[in-house]
Amino acid sequence: MREQTILSPTQVSQYIKNVMDRDRLLSAVMVRGELSNYKMYPSGHHYFSLKDSEGTLRCVMFRGDASGIRFRPENGMRVIATGRVTVFPRDGQYQLYCNHLTVDGIGDLHVAFEQCKERLMKEGLFDPSSKKMLPVFPRKIALITSPAGAAVRDMIRILGDRYPMAHVCVLPVHVQGDGAAEEIAAAIGWANYYQVADLIIAGRGGGSMEDLWAFNEESVAHAIFQSDIPVISAVGHEPDVTIADLVADLRASTPSNAAELAVPDSKELIGWLMGAKNVMERSMTQRLDGHRRDINRLSNARVMSNPQRYFRDKRMLLDYQSNKLSQGLDMNLRKERERFAGIAAKLDALSPLKVLGRGYSIARNQEGDVISSKENITIGEKLTLRLSDGSINCRVESL
Amino acid sequence: MAPKKKLTFEQSMARLEEIVALLERGEAPLEQSLTLFEEGAGLLGSCSTLLDQAEQKVTLLRAGADGAPVEEAFEGDV
Repeated sequence: MREQTILSPTQVSQYIKNVMDRDRLLSAVMVRGELSNYKMYPSGHHYFSLKDSEGTLRCVMFRGDASGIRFRPENGMRVIATGRVTVFPRDGQYQLYCNHLTVDGIGDLHVAFEQCKERLMKEGLFDPSSKKMLPVFPRKIALITSPAGAAVRDMIRILGDRYPMAHVCVLPVHVQGDGAAEEIAAAIGWANYYQVADLIIAGRGGGSMEDLWAFNEESVAHAIFQSDIPVISAVGHEPDVTIADLVADLRASTPSNAAELAVPDSKELIGWLMGAKNVMERSMTQRLDGHRRDINRLSNARVMSNPQRYFRDKRMLLDYQSNKLSQGLDMNLRKERERFAGIAAKLDALSPLKVLGRGYSIARNQEGDVISSKENITIGEKLTLRLSDGSINCRVESL
Repeated sequence: MAPKKKLTFEQSMARLEEIVALLERGEAPLEQSLTLFEEGAGLLGSCSTLLDQAEQKVTLLRAGADGAPVEEAFEGDV
């Protein structure tokens, strides 16, 4: 028997590792399979297995590579994993060190889109009940888009043609590339914080799904959802539907379409004003014509057509009645005068003056009391005698 | 009755709509209808003038040093 070299387990694993690492196929392999046992560790590394109907391949994806995955890996998903296969000497196990993971068939952006859509739908971001009403006559419109390119110019031109009364302000953002979603989300928040407009149009011109991706990010979706200012989304071309479109208060198919939906058409408004003018004038004319007819009818009445005669008649009636009145007064006066003469004659007969006329007189003391007896009279007291034609003063000489 | 303060375009249009409906119904007393007509004619005039004379204003808004909006002229390609 030939003398054999005795190896340690580590040496065996190391030997296999060397063999495998030299293999060109294993150093850059693409494997199609179904995900299972997917685990994301707090360290950021992902561990999973790829399987088909018969076998299983253990895989690891380190944090740096795993952060580049666009979709959320789920067990059962068919994927293509790229990487190299080698041995981890400590376990003595070979595995696929995956540096790129994509969804097999439809593409991982589509998967990511569907997953995000489902998640946000559950969170209620697409609820029709939380959509805000757009202002009918916007005063200030914020365009959150790239300040360069055709989209912003188209929007400004159409807004100006239709409704130049609205002030347009451009909030410049990057609409693709790293950080674009965060910029868009921040601009929406900033516009709300400073209340810079009463309507927001957020969008960009057409591009690939990759180019439009910022409008599928959750940060943009949440910013739109939280915006108190109504938001119109205007991303890409007609068939492109983004998450932003689903959250927005109104989805426009293109930026130009957004500009059309955002404002009324001044020409139509002027048309409406003309119509309003006609209705007002016609209503008023009809009204006044009606009153004019009433006036004509009334002025044909006798009192209006010959007012003198009316007054003459009334005057005659007045004369007649005042005549009767004065006659009645005269009659009354005469009667009263006669009655007074009768009463006066009776009074005359009773008057003390009549008695005095026959030579009697009335004596009064200084207090004015009538003296009818010699009692209470003292010698030397002054008395006044009332005669028929006047008074005399005397003194009592004796009693 | 008619408020005397300056109305926004939106308020003016809404008030005008109201006046047109009132006059068309023709139930208000004549005196009041005439007042409404006069008010409506005034609003028609001011709204038409606003629409006819409006000139679009386009600005670029950026956050200043304190974060507050600063308006700049919009030049197109920036």
